[in-house]
Amino acid sequence: MLHVTGIRKRFGQTIALDGASLDVSPGEVVAVVGPSGSGKSTLLHCAAGILRPDGGEVAFDGRRIDALGEGDRSRLRRTSFGFVFQFGQLVPELTAAENIALPMMLGGARRRAALAEARRWLALLDRREVAGKRPGDLSGGEGQRVAVARALVHRPRLVFADEPTGSLDSLSGEHVMDILVRLAGDDGAGVVIVTHDPRVAAYAQRDVTVRDGRVVTPVAA
Amino acid sequence: MSVPHTVLGLLRTGPRHGYDLKKAYDTRFAHARPLRYGQIYATLARLQRDGLVILDAEEPGQGPDRKRYVITEDGATELERWLHETEEPEPYLHSTLFAKVVLALLLGEDARATLDAQRARHMARMRELTELKRTGDTVDQLLSDHALFHLEADLRWIELTAARIDRLRTAVTADAG
Repeated sequence: MLHVTGIRKRFGQTIALDGASLDVSPGEVVAVVGPSGSGKSTLLHCAAGILRPDGGEVAFDGRRIDALGEGDRSRLRRTSFGFVFQFGQLVPELTAAENIALPMMLGGARRRAALAEARRWLALLDRREVAGKRPGDLSGGEGQRVAVARALVHRPRLVFADEPTGSLDSLSGEHVMDILVRLAGDDGAGVVIVTHDPRVAAYAQRDVTVRDGRVVTPVAA
Repeated sequence: MSVPHTVLGLLRTGPRHGYDLKKAYDTRFAHARPLRYGQIYATLARLQRDGLVILDAEEPGQGPDRKRYVITEDGATELERWLHETEEPEPYLHSTLFAKVVLALLLGEDARATLDAQRARHMARMRELTELKRTGDTVDQLLSDHALFHLEADLRWIELTAARIDRLRTAVTADAG
């Protein structure tokens, strides 16, 4: 479904990616691990069409997306991809339910239908009571659950998560990983998780290590 | 885990046959590695020799399974002592992996490949335990977590060592000279 092949990316003098490759199949959960500064977040941003690589290819469903213009990439991200970041990045002025409904409304759904769907997701997450709260009034774990629901509500084909539990304590982090992997799996979405935490990476079916801007594959022992 | 003390603990809840003890042990404590029958009877024989358990009643002619074991007062005292004793924090400084990495460096082999392969094996085990944690009951979760935190500590050491491999090579080869 997603094929990233030999991509390169530099920021000024710094080479962030130096020929990195990554494949993700439908329903597959892949962890991208590696030391800070190894290029793993840049790999995610290029794979997700947020950044354009300087070289190499990113193909989604057989279609090159690295060459698309910003408008097309933005549309693709909105319709086919979901995103979870370290600090939720919820819209502070909107309630939890409105935040979850946002991707559907951006996709053209009516407000009432989108909000009903958002409440259904909150029920799935066992957090019905936070529907009317704004992000500032949510705990870290609640905020990340809302962020997971927002990433999945429009049934994306691929979910990208960048340190999704980075700001949470162990127990909240585990709840977030469990719902992310379970609910994405229910929908057959592929998931790419960037993390430095091996306990988070263990939720994936496999992991790839980025080192010095490349994906290294260990020789099986 | 101390099998004799765990068996004493199970006997503290009431007299049991060897077979019952094995079943109770396997259910509660041996999620990955069930006890062999030989082990349980050898353990009971040792406990009996040390006066920590005695035979309750014996029904002759029906094999070892008919023996019922009872914890003695000495057994109960030993169990109390063990329950309240803290465990030695083991630093695992001289682990097999450490030895392999140092030897690989000494022999001019690819120590990083050793670490990468071990890392992959640790991750595979962590995935199994995470799956057990997600699908199991509270006891499974606590046992998995204990194992996961230890494996995570190993993994962090593996990653740090991989990051410092050049410094370690310099140190190891200087010592060798």
